[in-house]
Amino acid sequence: MSERVLLHLRVNGEPVEVAAPVHKTLLEVLREELRLTGTKHGCELGECGTCTVLVDGGPVLSCLTLPIELEGREVVTVEGMSHQSTPHPLQIAFAEIGAAQCGYCTPGILLAAKSFLDRNPRPSRLEIQEALAGNLCRCTGYLQILQAVELAAGRMSKELGSSGE
Amino acid sequence: MAVATKIGVKPRVKAPSPPKPASEQTLHIIGQPLPKVDAMAKVCGETVFVDDLSLPRMLYCKIKRSPHPHARILKVDTTGAQRLPGVVATLVGWELPIPFGILPVSQDEHALAIEKARFVGDPVAAVAAVDEETAELALRHIDVTYQVLRPIMSIEEALEEEEVRVHDYGPRGNIHKTVSLQFGDLEEGFREADHVREDTFFFEGNTHLPMEQHAAVASYGADGKMTLWSSTQTPHYVHRALAKVLEMPASHIRVIACPNGGGFGGKSDPFNHEMVVAKLSMKTRRPVKVTLTREEVFYCHRGRHPAKMWIKTGVKRDGAITAMHFRSFLDGGAYGSYGVASLYYSGALQTVTYRVPRYRFEGVRVFTNKPPCGPKRGHGTPQPRFAIECHLDKIAEELGMDPLELRLRHLVEPFSVTVNQMRLRTVGLKECLERVARRSGFPEKHGRLHQGVGIGLAASAYISGAGLPIYWNDLPHSGVQLKLDRGGGVTAFCGSTDIGQGSDSVLAYVVAEELGVEVSDIRVVTADTDLTPVDLGSYSSRVTLMMGNAAIEAARRLKPLILNEVSREIGVPAERLRMAHRRVFDARHPDKGMSFSEAVVLTEAKHGTLGSTGSYRPPPSPARYKGSGVGPSPTYSYSACVVELQVDRDTGRITIDKIWIAHDLGKAINPLLAIGQIEGSVYMGLGEALMEEQVFRLGAHKSPSLLEYKSPTFLEMPPVEAILVETLDPEGPYGAKECGQGPLLPVIPALVNAIYDAIGVRIDEVPVTPAKILQAMEGRLRAPEVPSFTFPEPLRVPPLSPIEGATI
Repeated sequence: MSERVLLHLRVNGEPVEVAAPVHKTLLEVLREELRLTGTKHGCELGECGTCTVLVDGGPVLSCLTLPIELEGREVVTVEGMSHQSTPHPLQIAFAEIGAAQCGYCTPGILLAAKSFLDRNPRPSRLEIQEALAGNLCRCTGYLQILQAVELAAGRMSKELGSSGE
Repeated sequence: MAVATKIGVKPRVKAPSPPKPASEQTLHIIGQPLPKVDAMAKVCGETVFVDDLSLPRMLYCKIKRSPHPHARILKVDTTGAQRLPGVVATLVGWELPIPFGILPVSQDEHALAIEKARFVGDPVAAVAAVDEETAELALRHIDVTYQVLRPIMSIEEALEEEEVRVHDYGPRGNIHKTVSLQFGDLEEGFREADHVREDTFFFEGNTHLPMEQHAAVASYGADGKMTLWSSTQTPHYVHRALAKVLEMPASHIRVIACPNGGGFGGKSDPFNHEMVVAKLSMKTRRPVKVTLTREEVFYCHRGRHPAKMWIKTGVKRDGAITAMHFRSFLDGGAYGSYGVASLYYSGALQTVTYRVPRYRFEGVRVFTNKPPCGPKRGHGTPQPRFAIECHLDKIAEELGMDPLELRLRHLVEPFSVTVNQMRLRTVGLKECLERVARRSGFPEKHGRLHQGVGIGLAASAYISGAGLPIYWNDLPHSGVQLKLDRGGGVTAFCGSTDIGQGSDSVLAYVVAEELGVEVSDIRVVTADTDLTPVDLGSYSSRVTLMMGNAAIEAARRLKPLILNEVSREIGVPAERLRMAHRRVFDARHPDKGMSFSEAVVLTEAKHGTLGSTGSYRPPPSPARYKGSGVGPSPTYSYSACVVELQVDRDTGRITIDKIWIAHDLGKAINPLLAIGQIEGSVYMGLGEALMEEQVFRLGAHKSPSLLEYKSPTFLEMPPVEAILVETLDPEGPYGAKECGQGPLLPVIPALVNAIYDAIGVRIDEVPVTPAKILQAMEGRLRAPEVPSFTFPEPLRVPPLSPIEGATI
């Protein structure tokens, strides 16, 4: 049993304190200590994008990230994508379009897409493909995911437009 | 979940041309592009996969694996591990001496190897500890003494070597199984031919690569009962295997398949790690979990068999086939798995697309010291389909015929019986071919595009459910049980397993359609051997057809009870009543009626608790010869595919411009999900055609990681136009056939045929890598060679008598 250190993190907008061995990855701490099992593991080596979470709004591979580096920073997982009871437009679009088949790569792709759309609200299809190229999916052939991201981007832009921004 | 009902469902998919209704029934749910019942849970991260489970006092299991491809195990010493703080139990092979395997004829695996390790990664010992790190560390304290044996690493070596044997069973040497079947007078067929052509092909092995690694949690309770949660496509067969290996009554074992994070056939076998955690839980009386690493998933494998193939076909001047002779040589890896079925499948479906009046199939599967091969999407048929479709392309060119025309002229007849006695139902292949040709402009483009740009075509067929169960018996293949709630809710129980294909949703759609309620009123309980009636599992593209038919039967047994009570209550004849939109009402005066929940209350007051069961068993096949257990299906799906691509003549790099694919799925239960299955199949076919290969060096897997095992990303995926062809098959629920595996088949040969159209060079092996393209253009790529091997005398199968044939 390794020695544990006390980590102070902000996860999905809430401060959390968790005692974990210092070498445990963010992926392990999220899943095993905080029971946020929505974040999945695909390869444990940073190759597949499945474990993607957001840190200060940018995508990181949680299997290669040590939580000790994240003190004072904001971590968002799939459990934190909804705004209270309203799912994120990406989540709704993914459900509508059939973009989640087995759903295992879905949390990572949703977060990578969210981060991308936050930076680039009106992307071309090629730009979406490039932004998500680090996330593997074996079920869908990617096309329904691309459609869903485009649908969500369209709806989010419309909302932005109507709110006068 | 409340939010699920808020989703505004807009048809994103262009609905297929409206088919004629299968009956007078008006469909409200079937055929609609609805979201899946578990879609919101999946996008919110709420779906519980096996590795998300955590039980109080749970221990973690790690498995020690052989570093040698072939070695005798002289001693396994776990005392060092047992002394380590935090280690609770260890396990070695002799503690579980009973062998298992998915097929009754191949019970050749052990939970942990006892006498021999047969590939790098074969499990030899296991440990359960308080955490994963301790378990990992403990593996280093287990000493295994091996006597290294010569590894058998290729089909040729396996066929030549008689002394060194991977297994002690099989006809001789390293032959696992041979098949030799003949239908009709082959020599006469070749004599009648105007042209005879022979070709050889090679299809490299590849693996499923589901994003979720296999995991299992076992909990042996104080009541002496075992519960196993596993990422398995076949909880029923795991249930059987556990009972056998643990020597426990099956009634004391409960297997629950959690939703699978992708399967593609890779989670269809009962696995050693499932047996291991179950036994460790019995030894420790604590729950035990194992989650394989990505590397270990490559060792589980059961993927595509590497296949060498030889094909000889005689044709008339118009392309009519007079005789076909096909040989396959399959590299089975270290264990039997589904291999005997894979071998038969490599020869069974050559006859179900084009008329083949005389046919001979010879096949051999060998054992080698590699992870075992088994069923991957298309099970045993993508390899021969690649061969036959490229072979036909060459024949068309030699005859001076358009490859589309050659195929269209010689299609099988719907509702006919093939020479190897496969009974066909609807055949939508003509429409598939015509529609992809029209949409892609194939007739205008083929042979006429610029140098380096090419277009290729291929067609295929696939089973819509295996006609026979793995253990031959007279029992149903799928059962559905319904329970009606006074509040208007319906619970549907079925052993079917959702691996991402949407089987839970199909169950809900069918029950909602039949009982006239909304999809959100249905709760599905699936894949739990204690709670649900048996469904054989998510393999052989069987679930929609078999579970769907069982669900319809269950619902239609309940309906008369409800309709009679409502009829009595409102004074309208039962036959005039309809059930839809949560109401039971008079078809002539829709205002007259009552809510579904009121109807349920009325019926329950009369009959007591309301429930019903339905089950499905495929119709018997007319084929009765030895070996005819593989190939028969209630009906077959059909696909046609066109690929347009560019080849960079300097680098050999291939860029796919577009893919058109038409699939005869009988009827789209949900066009959105059907297109998802088709696009996913195209993607997986592309990976196999272009880059995926499971290869070995010095006895070890060359690339057991997601970085080195290349698979297509978002950037490699081309636009796909998927066309749904509906033939309303009489065997399927609402006319539906499969769509999850068949569409993979034509992609690979269509792509390879397009490469020839682009650069004028044939590449008769996959994957087609840039290196092979350059070698081929320089004339340095040799044609694949098949081993010289004397097959046994064929079983000459007499044709069916007119009476037997007339049973269609």
